[in-house]
Amino acid sequence: MTKIELTVDGSKVSDDVEPRMLLVQFLREKLGKTGTLIGCDTSNCGACTVHLDGHAVKSCNMLAVQADGSEVTTIEGLADTYDGGELHPMQAAFHECHALQCGFCTPGMIMRSVDLLGENPDPSEQEIREGLEGNLCRCTGYHNIVRAVQTAAAAGKGAQA
Amino acid sequence: MTVTDDRPAAEIGKDRRRKEDRRLITGSSRYTDNIVLPGMLHLAMVRSPFAHAKITAIDTSEAKQASNVVAVYTAADLDESAGVLINAWPITPDQKAPVHAPLPADRVSFAGEIVAVVVARSAAAARDAAEMVDVDYDELPAALDLKDAVADKVLAHPDLGTNKSALWIFDSKEAGTGGDVEEAISAARSDGVVIEREFRQNRLIPAFMEPRSVVVDPTGEQLTMWSATQVPHIVRFALAATTGVPESKIRVIAPDVGGGFGGKLQVTPEEWLAWWIARQLHKPVKFTETRSESMMAAHHGRDQWQKLTLAATKEGKVTGLKVELTADLGSYVAIVGGGVPVLGAFMYNAIYKIPAYHFACQTVLTNKTWTDAYRGAGRPEATFAIERLMSDLADELGMDPFELREKNWIKHEEFPFTTVAGLEYDSGNYEAATASAKEFFGYDELRAEQARRRDSRDPVQLGIGISTFTEMCGLAPSRVLGSLDYGAGGWEHASVRMLATGKVEVVTGTSAHGQGHETAFSQIIADRLGVPFEDVEVLHGDTQVSVKGLDTYGSRSLVVGGEALVRAADKVVEKAKPVAAHLLEASVDDIEFSAGRFGVKGTDAGLSIQEVAGAVFSAHNLPDGMEPSIDAEATFDPINFNYPHGTHLCAVEVDTETGQIKMRKYTCVDDVGNIINPLIVEGQVHGGLAQGIAQALFEDAVFDERGTLVSGSFVDYLVPSAADLISFDAHHASTPATTNTLGTKGVGEAGTIASTPAVVNAVLDAVRQFGVKDIVMPCSPARVYAAIAAGRAVDTGSASEGADQ
Ligand code: FES
Ligand code: FES
Repeated sequence: MTKIELTVDGSKVSDDVEPRMLLVQFLREKLGKTGTLIGCDTSNCGACTVHLDGHAVKSCNMLAVQADGSEVTTIEGLADTYDGGELHPMQAAFHECHALQCGFCTPGMIMRSVDLLGENPDPSEQEIREGLEGNLCRCTGYHNIVRAVQTAAAAGKGAQA
Repeated sequence: MTVTDDRPAAEIGKDRRRKEDRRLITGSSRYTDNIVLPGMLHLAMVRSPFAHAKITAIDTSEAKQASNVVAVYTAADLDESAGVLINAWPITPDQKAPVHAPLPADRVSFAGEIVAVVVARSAAAARDAAEMVDVDYDELPAALDLKDAVADKVLAHPDLGTNKSALWIFDSKEAGTGGDVEEAISAARSDGVVIEREFRQNRLIPAFMEPRSVVVDPTGEQLTMWSATQVPHIVRFALAATTGVPESKIRVIAPDVGGGFGGKLQVTPEEWLAWWIARQLHKPVKFTETRSESMMAAHHGRDQWQKLTLAATKEGKVTGLKVELTADLGSYVAIVGGGVPVLGAFMYNAIYKIPAYHFACQTVLTNKTWTDAYRGAGRPEATFAIERLMSDLADELGMDPFELREKNWIKHEEFPFTTVAGLEYDSGNYEAATASAKEFFGYDELRAEQARRRDSRDPVQLGIGISTFTEMCGLAPSRVLGSLDYGAGGWEHASVRMLATGKVEVVTGTSAHGQGHETAFSQIIADRLGVPFEDVEVLHGDTQVSVKGLDTYGSRSLVVGGEALVRAADKVVEKAKPVAAHLLEASVDDIEFSAGRFGVKGTDAGLSIQEVAGAVFSAHNLPDGMEPSIDAEATFDPINFNYPHGTHLCAVEVDTETGQIKMRKYTCVDDVGNIINPLIVEGQVHGGLAQGIAQALFEDAVFDERGTLVSGSFVDYLVPSAADLISFDAHHASTPATTNTLGTKGVGEAGTIASTPAVVNAVLDAVRQFGVKDIVMPCSPARVYAAIAAGRAVDTGSASEGADQ
């Protein structure tokens, strides 16, 4: 067992974990952060995407111990949405554009999309498509996910102007 | 005088944002794997690495000793209460089907079959101990290739004596729905055209994003199963029928379910084992599969050979169609596995007036993963075949592919139309959908560009693919299912409960897993009862709440389940009328209901339906004998299938030097009747298109010569990413269905059914000029390149020279 300390969704947490425990398992099993999902075992689907120190990572692709000392944000901490609180602009765009159906890819897709706009606030459709390449969705055909990212990008530009 | 109208605006047709979204986009979802119960134990499966082998010994001693392991079970431990996995649709009385026990007694028949289960205090401990289970196998020859299997070269189940499971035949002459196909073919051979083809339907993996997961809680009076399933009611029935637990003691819950596409309409060994083990240990248990397990053990789809003969006159009038199918069942006959290809039997004639038709389907057992429904189930195969054939026939005759289709399709004024397969199409307008699709697509301009590229011998050639499809959905009229020997009915159930606070609780027997029922059904009820959209709560997916139902598949939820809902709502109104009359001191005959209000003819007096609900709740002022409830339920059995249709057009650029395909444009005009929520409909179409395109270009479940699934992960099985697809140009036409009150048609599968042939026709259209007649799906760059090279070689005569030597 290894002791780790990190910040998850704004709260400090510390725990003893098995060295082989994946970050996604730590989040789900130890912290009950079940908003972050697991869709594969080859790091291909992106369902587990969270932010580590502000950037999107696949939390199935790293060990919990590697997150020691870091700041992790999951879909549950992206915005203070409890009790009807306001959605993050990307969440709002996904809702507005009907960018989800079963919702299983959605937390990862949103976390990846937020990071994508962080890197490139004004992406072309092709840049969005390539930027989301590591996140699979089986339901939407991506059409409305692309629309959602474009909508969030436009809203972001509006906010800056 | 102006009267302010505070009635809610019409909800049907509005692009309401979904009620489901908030929990899903904020991470407050409740998928099965999220569930944790006190004392819960975890299962890990030991699976066979061999496609076909005798189990000679299983040593579980080391695993049993491992720390935190509670138990290890093998087939020897199972008793009758473990049940069996059922096949609900024996397509012929003499169908051969091996018994499908949750664990096979002494022989595994596909790679991935479970041979032992480890139960431990954590999932990790269970997985570790599973590695310690020592299984000795004697490998047996495996039946893998479908054509070899049908020839009984190697037997998948030696005790059955054959791999042939069932032969199902429909013949229009015999059925009295049309002529003799052999006559039509021989006439065409002497004085017409005969197109003969053999197409391969690649094996597909549904690849829902949420891996299957099951939790069973045996504590308390009711045994509860949570499962990532499309079919909680069917699972409940099958558990009761096979495991000896009374149905009334079983509660099955499908909480949030992460996609299904047919892949989760199964009853599975994993569920049955979890059920049995929880009962053995009197402890809650959970099993969640890994993606690799999902790929090899959850059922696959398609996998057929289609031998096709199309007869036509020289003028392009189709005179007959003969279909000979060989369909791979995999190693077991899944719940509706045998029936899936048979569903296609009614659809090969598609939108065309074909005078003579023969369909024969041979289902075949092999030592591969079992197959069953995957989005479209039988109809994509049929649509692919006929739409390919029509384009090939047009090419053969040098006719415009639209002109040929129009010459043969049912005209809009000919509905209702009884087809050669014996179905009555209620409505449609193929002319309108096609005209509109050509317009949106820019058909003429793209054809002009195609000609330019051809003339200039551009290395990048343009191809245009057409698919004018229809399908039968809304499963299903119970009578028809009965005539096909299906083991259940096709009705659906709904109830509407008017709560004291004015809210409305709607319960549906359908079970959504991404389709947006909570939103669309709220819209229907809001309009029907004249209550605010926000006041409607739709409940589903829990057999203790939704006590009766047949779940979600076959694009049935709206056209069958929605109709049940409409009828339940109408009953609520009927029940409320005498109450309103009493409260308003009027005669029932004078009560009118409109926009949520009961009024008295010729007066201003009235009451809202919520006020009536409140009055029956308190029941302080009801006449003797009046039931203090206006709640109602309805069970609806459709009398016909439902027939969405549309025209799909695809343009691709094919790089003739590399075989690379780039999709330029995809336009579709789908006629799905009246639309409840255009946003949801569009989403269904987009997702459907992606899956149909994926069959054409990317996906293929491949086994090696020993029967191991080679494409067993997302590394090798190419579920398309955003970068592999384009934005779609999706539109609607509408001829309302006449077989349900709202005039709706199913939309869940349409995109998948229509798109595969549109894409392959486009690829072929680009390369036919090089003598290419077929490219096996998925049309990978390597295959496209090889087809062009082979075609060119034949053209220049070099191939025949080569063959001579
Ligand atoms: S679960 Fe992390 S990429 Fe699939
Ligand atoms: S919404 Fe279902 S996988 Fe993306």
